[in-house]
Amino acid sequence: MTDVTQPALTIDALGKKCPIPIIMLAEQINYVPLNAVVAVLADDPAAYTDVPAWCRLKSHRHVGSYELPGGGWAIHVRRNY
Amino acid sequence: MGHVAYFDAASTEPLHPQAREALLTAIDAGWADPARLYNQARRAHLLLEQARAEVAEALGARPDEVSFASSGTQAVHLGMLGTLHGRRRAGRHLVTSAVEHSSVLHAAQAHERDGGTAETVGVSLTGRVDLDAFRAAVAREGTALACLQTANHEVGTLQPVAEAAEACRRHGVPLFVDAAQTAGRLPVPAGWSVLAASAHKWGGPAGVGVLAVRKGTRFRSFLPEDERERRRVPGFENVPAVVAAAAALRAVTAEAESERARLSALVDRIRETVPQVVPDVEVIGEPVERAPHIVTFSCLYVDGEALLTELDRAGFAVSSGSSCTASTLRPSHVLEAMGVLTHGNVRVSLPRGASAAEVDRFLAVLPDAVRRIRQDAGVA
Repeated sequence: MTDVTQPALTIDALGKKCPIPIIMLAEQINYVPLNAVVAVLADDPAAYTDVPAWCRLKSHRHVGSYELPGGGWAIHVRRNY
Repeated sequence: MGHVAYFDAASTEPLHPQAREALLTAIDAGWADPARLYNQARRAHLLLEQARAEVAEALGARPDEVSFASSGTQAVHLGMLGTLHGRRRAGRHLVTSAVEHSSVLHAAQAHERDGGTAETVGVSLTGRVDLDAFRAAVAREGTALACLQTANHEVGTLQPVAEAAEACRRHGVPLFVDAAQTAGRLPVPAGWSVLAASAHKWGGPAGVGVLAVRKGTRFRSFLPEDERERRRVPGFENVPAVVAAAAALRAVTAEAESERARLSALVDRIRETVPQVVPDVEVIGEPVERAPHIVTFSCLYVDGEALLTELDRAGFAVSSGSSCTASTLRPSHVLEAMGVLTHGNVRVSLPRGASAAEVDRFLAVLPDAVRRIRQDAGVA
């Protein structure tokens, strides 16, 4: 398995409040291939905790959360199934 | 609107009937200044000291260790900052858990603004403090005070207070224990040096906090000199409210064992049933080592405020740690520290007398309420 660092899909949820970033992620993760990475861009502080918690509940993998220069994070999720 | 089931005891418990009776009597009998030397004052003094003795006994303290504050929050602030002030020669370092009540964290911030240092110890996914990390933190040179709650106010998880106290004792560090969620419900764990509690959480009136300082603990109020309450709390005591608080504590302590078992069984029913009737839900907090009356769960894809509004419409008063419902825009620091979902959160906390029928009705209306909100949000 190759390590996919480049997101296959970027979801722009900047300015969206909880739980909308998670809803967008849940809707769109199945559009990327297995093992591909989805990047969720979000600046609601709740998303920083909630995206990794969603990954744990849904058995996907939280790869990492990276601060964005303009505020918020790019939260990377790997599709597991 | 029919009957409203009140499930927010962790915020405040309805006034106990015996507290109401005591309050009405004490308003007439205990209005005078307990510090004076005439007949009415002696009567007020007697009532105050009798209440102090009763509260002390229920909390496992000596009467002269107990002071009454004007709220639980004030008791926390005075207790923490007074102990830090009394121990400033020993050091300026403060240790707390990451899931303490905001009053503890705010006092910690005040201590930092005053030049002190503060360290927060993390918790597990169930909200239990990392005991090894806590032990290591209190062992650090210059630690003046450590703080640990008895039970978490948002998720109900019990903390290992006795073990933490043992570590503190070994290093000569006083332990401040916030007992707000368990006083009157569970025995106070051994080993505290300073303890805070709040009467309205056990069915007493609001505006009565308890601050207990163990004999031998260095304590010095940071506030201007005042003779009241053994110099720990300034200001004229609210004698009638204190008398009512003691009456409520006596009453709930007497029935604590049976009510604890009954409410705990209802919480178990909620813990078991919610994941069966609501898809994509996470019940959070310790399943066994928990306060008897609190249960919290989070529903994926659900806006917490919308859910609370739906439940209110259906006749249920519950609370939430979701950011959309809190006064701040930040999610609950407790849920954040645990790493669990911070949205769609519902805290059910059962007051004394909460009935099985009310709980069943709650479990019956919850799935539809969640389904409607998910449908509106476009989540199938």
